[in-house]
Amino acid sequence: MSERILSVLVEDKPGVLARISSTISRRGFNINSLSVGPTNIDGRSKMTIVTELESVEQVKKQLNKLINVIKIVELDPDNTIESEVLLMKVSINKDTQTSVIEKASLSGAKSVDVGQNYAVFELTGTSKELKKFENLLKPYGIIEMIRGGRIAIQSNL
Amino acid sequence: MEEKMLTGAELVIRGLEHLKVSTIFGVPGGAILPAYDPLYDSPIRHILARHEQGSGHMAEGYAQATGELGVVIATSGPGATNLITSLNNALMDSTPLLAITGQVASESIGNDAFQEAYTVGLTMAATKHNYLITKASEIPQVLLEAKHIATTGRPGPVLVDIPKDILNEKAKWVEPKLIDLPGYKPTLDANPKMIQQAVNLIKESKKPLLYVGGGIIHAKAHVELYELAKKYNIPVVTTLMGRGAFPDGDELCLGMPGMHGNYTATTSIQNADLLIAIGVRFDDRVTANPKYFAQNAKVIHADIDPAEIGKVREAEVPIVGDAKSVIKGIFEKLESAELETSNWINELNTMKETYPLNYKQEDNGPLKVPYVLEELQKMSDEDSIVVSGVGQHQMWISLHWKFTKPNTWLNSGGLGTMGYSLPAAIGAKAAFPEKQVLALDGDGCFQMTCQELITASTENIPLKIVVFNNGNHGMVRQWQKIFYNNRFSASELTHHTPDYVKLAEAMGAVGLRMEQKSEVKDVFEKMLEIKDKPVLVDCVVDPDDMVFPMVPAGGSNDIIILNEEDLKEL
Repeated sequence: MSERILSVLVEDKPGVLARISSTISRRGFNINSLSVGPTNIDGRSKMTIVTELESVEQVKKQLNKLINVIKIVELDPDNTIESEVLLMKVSINKDTQTSVIEKASLSGAKSVDVGQNYAVFELTGTSKELKKFENLLKPYGIIEMIRGGRIAIQSNL
Repeated sequence: MEEKMLTGAELVIRGLEHLKVSTIFGVPGGAILPAYDPLYDSPIRHILARHEQGSGHMAEGYAQATGELGVVIATSGPGATNLITSLNNALMDSTPLLAITGQVASESIGNDAFQEAYTVGLTMAATKHNYLITKASEIPQVLLEAKHIATTGRPGPVLVDIPKDILNEKAKWVEPKLIDLPGYKPTLDANPKMIQQAVNLIKESKKPLLYVGGGIIHAKAHVELYELAKKYNIPVVTTLMGRGAFPDGDELCLGMPGMHGNYTATTSIQNADLLIAIGVRFDDRVTANPKYFAQNAKVIHADIDPAEIGKVREAEVPIVGDAKSVIKGIFEKLESAELETSNWINELNTMKETYPLNYKQEDNGPLKVPYVLEELQKMSDEDSIVVSGVGQHQMWISLHWKFTKPNTWLNSGGLGTMGYSLPAAIGAKAAFPEKQVLALDGDGCFQMTCQELITASTENIPLKIVVFNNGNHGMVRQWQKIFYNNRFSASELTHHTPDYVKLAEAMGAVGLRMEQKSEVKDVFEKMLEIKDKPVLVDCVVDPDDMVFPMVPAGGSNDIIILNEEDLKEL
């Protein structure tokens, strides 16, 4: 299934996220990931919406009808730089502590908090890299994990 | 001169005056009360509805009859929730509407205050756009933007929610100017390249068909449509929302296609080799199962809303633009080319003769709606405005009434809102007091908003109402007959309760009744003579009559049921 990534420039006004998610759910459109944050332009936010829907054209058109949506660009998957942040709290004990921290470090994750029986890591990467990291530490017992949603930007131009 | 400080409420009323609003419809209440005070001194006419749903439909009727903005005002909580049906109705039928609602005071929002509802959230999917005002100084600008959004592009409803404290807050009037809305730039002018591609297809076509709808009426493009069709001899089907966009009675007019469309209109689409679809959205009541729809045709689809193009049917030539610009463009680029459509028109004429609309009115039998309609049309003004409810009577009117002008046929097409007719007719009559306005309603529909008859009486809006009283939810009964083995579950209303004549009288109107063919003319004469009061005619009709032709939902437009005999073969 091929993924489609939409980069949506919106006016930073109250209710914009609600309008977008309402349109998406009203039209029966499933999304894999949605993230939103400010941009370098005052009063403008950007949303990255990742979907697998075939009728992405129709959804683009429906979102474009929203007054607060300024521009929608569908990113070309071959020329897209993508990133996502992950926070993971892993169970550790005397026996596993070293190998958990070593594995995390080799994966490029940062240990942000280490307690007696847990460690918290932060990792930034593509969704594949994050999934790989999750699988790597799963055997040790993941207590809690959260991902920040994918963001993407076109690499050429 | 230094502008003096005004309250938010005064800014609302001044803002509406600035937008040249002359009539508004509404019901007051706690949170909106501050706005009703300056309204007392304003030249704006306020029509007091008896229910907010009614006030919303009144504003819709006003807008559909005039082609201009309709304005409705309501209070917070139940006032706003009662409006939602009319907002969604306006969204589906692309009616330009401005709704102003009161909201609880800013500091109470989110606290489940008395008469608090999350109006902006509740109406998000029922409006084209909505606003929550946070400062009184925003009011003039937001009202201007709201009107702009409601009336341009594909028209629709816009709601402005104003907390009570903001209505009392003071600010200066600043002349609003239409600033750039970065996310809202409707494309009006059609791309000449696409027009050229459309023209190429039209020139190749042997069986072109103009499939037109409400977009023609919104764009006021009926004159251009007429010129295009007549000059190049292209037949026309008008959808439910497009009735009146092209004159019935013209040889090229085939009428309404679809589920209850007439045979020739529906079949012309199936037989055409090119659909020139303008201001239509391939609604399921037109297409039936899209898989079998117009299988022999290429499609040129022009609409002002890009989201409509390719939504149901892929178009060989998609054109985004205003109907007027599209038609003008095609007309000019065709450069007086000779289209060979005479064989096609002959084929359609033969079809019209073979499959005419028919009904049978017996001299002593129960009244049939099509007969009553034809008699009424003979007696009524040519430019009368006909406002319908939803169901069998709506389909019969669309099939049998001859519409010759745009904005003379008002109905709830997309949402199918029973109860629309009477209040919408009040709105139309408020806009055009000198015109004959006929609310032609079903008894089931009428009972949903009949309290607005009081509005018509007390506000001196002398419209005519015909209640087609078959004692049933007629279309429900028809489906139960056809698809549910005559099991009439919860569809019977009874002919006699209420007594519509007494009901009319109790509400300050004149009540008349007709039950037999011999009475029809006399009763309508009486109805039309009365000019100073609303008149209601209780027209008792046959409960077993069914609307034909019919294509069952999800079926193919190639298989049209023409009469009860055909049903046996289902």
